[in-house]
Amino acid sequence: MSILEYNGAAIIAMAGDGCVGIAADRRLGAQLHTIATDFTKCFRMAPKLYVGLGGLATDVQTLHQLLEFRMNLYTLKEEREMTPQVFSHLLSHLLYEKRFGPYFVEPVVCGLDEKGEPFLSGMDLIGAPVTAKDFVVTGTCTGNLFGMCESLYKPKMNPDELFECLAQSLLSSVDRDSVSGWGGIVHIITKDNVITRELKGRMD
Amino acid sequence: MAALIGNDILDIGSRKARRQREDPMAPGFAFGAPGQFDIPNVADPAAYCRSNFASVCGTGDEDQSVKFMKGTTTLAFKFNGGVIVSVDSRSTMGAYISSGTVKKVIEINPFLLGTMAGGAADCSFWERNLGMECRLYELRNGRRISVAGASKLLANVMSSYRGYGLSMGTMIAGWDEKGPQLYYVDDDGTRLKGKIFSVGSGSTYAYGVLDNYYREDLTIEEAVDLGKRAIYHAAHRDAASGGINNLYHMTKDGFVKVHSIDVNDMHYQFAEERARAMQS
Repeated sequence: MSILEYNGAAIIAMAGDGCVGIAADRRLGAQLHTIATDFTKCFRMAPKLYVGLGGLATDVQTLHQLLEFRMNLYTLKEEREMTPQVFSHLLSHLLYEKRFGPYFVEPVVCGLDEKGEPFLSGMDLIGAPVTAKDFVVTGTCTGNLFGMCESLYKPKMNPDELFECLAQSLLSSVDRDSVSGWGGIVHIITKDNVITRELKGRMD
Repeated sequence: MAALIGNDILDIGSRKARRQREDPMAPGFAFGAPGQFDIPNVADPAAYCRSNFASVCGTGDEDQSVKFMKGTTTLAFKFNGGVIVSVDSRSTMGAYISSGTVKKVIEINPFLLGTMAGGAADCSFWERNLGMECRLYELRNGRRISVAGASKLLANVMSSYRGYGLSMGTMIAGWDEKGPQLYYVDDDGTRLKGKIFSVGSGSTYAYGVLDNYYREDLTIEEAVDLGKRAIYHAAHRDAASGGINNLYHMTKDGFVKVHSIDVNDMHYQFAEERARAMQS
């Protein structure tokens, strides 16, 4: 089993009309053994910017701390918030810096840029970026997640529709993956605010 | 061949792979019948099977080209009111959940139940075969086979294919002349008699609950509840267990299927019970 699948995760970031959303499961496991069902995999990096970190839990936390540090440094130096595009490049560079001893994390980035347009990107563990207009996924059941997103996604969804799409895609995907699930969380980022909802999922 | 019938049921142990080298054109030859499987045409077929298809027991199967379904919680325990057999229903292939509605209790006959853990094909084939052998025993001897006898038949098959990579961890529960009986049989030929068994990746979690709350003088309701809770806790903590809890009760009049409950419904029901207990 790959070390990326050691703890289990399922994360989706998806774009709507003037809004983006990110959804993740809550499980922290050690292979088949479920250790916690309240683990955080999505982090708020700026008011309209979230990052989802799937992969090895220890590196998820380390990388989150490192990102937080670099974000703070940037805001102090530049006296402005980082845009999702810049954040995505920063993350890609941080990952490639460890090309020969990588963080075992595959991140997704989602946010609204300075014009209020959705931004989505995903990358592998050494920072090869992919940008998408519709959705990006990461975790241990990307096949399931892609399948659900491909069939439920439609362009120009409003925040409510986006939430419904994310929630259904996530819950259906993790029900066919043994190492992710045990509840979920969804954040919907709009130009005015962020709505966070917890999902009740199957607990087995 | 005819002269050999009735020679004995217990000779099943010697009916192994070498048999298939007999003349395939001989009358009565059946493809795929137990003891007549095609085996790889190599110097050491057991080693060949082991390195290419072997599974759960002992060595990992990371390097093998063929991997089998595994990951299960099954349990059975004997008490004054009979035997309780309780299982989950999840089937996984790696991390992927290939089914959530598997029947892991095999109804061999009204007085014999077998459980499935390990390779699904190995378990279902050999327990079905055991059902046939038990029926033949009944016809030959005019009485039902003992659970000890039935489990020994299965253990003998497992011994005869030892090293060929069969994957099976089963409990045989039944009621015979001597009362309720429970045996554990696995692919390396182990056969144990006992009061409490649990098999599969979730077995440790189930044992935790069983060891804590088991008593010999459990009432039937208490025993059913124990079987149900042990599976729930295993399904919750073990990623490879889950789905539906199927629970059977073996009585002197044969088995009774007590319930099939979704483990997820149980979770919220137990959570509610705990919340109520906290209030009072």
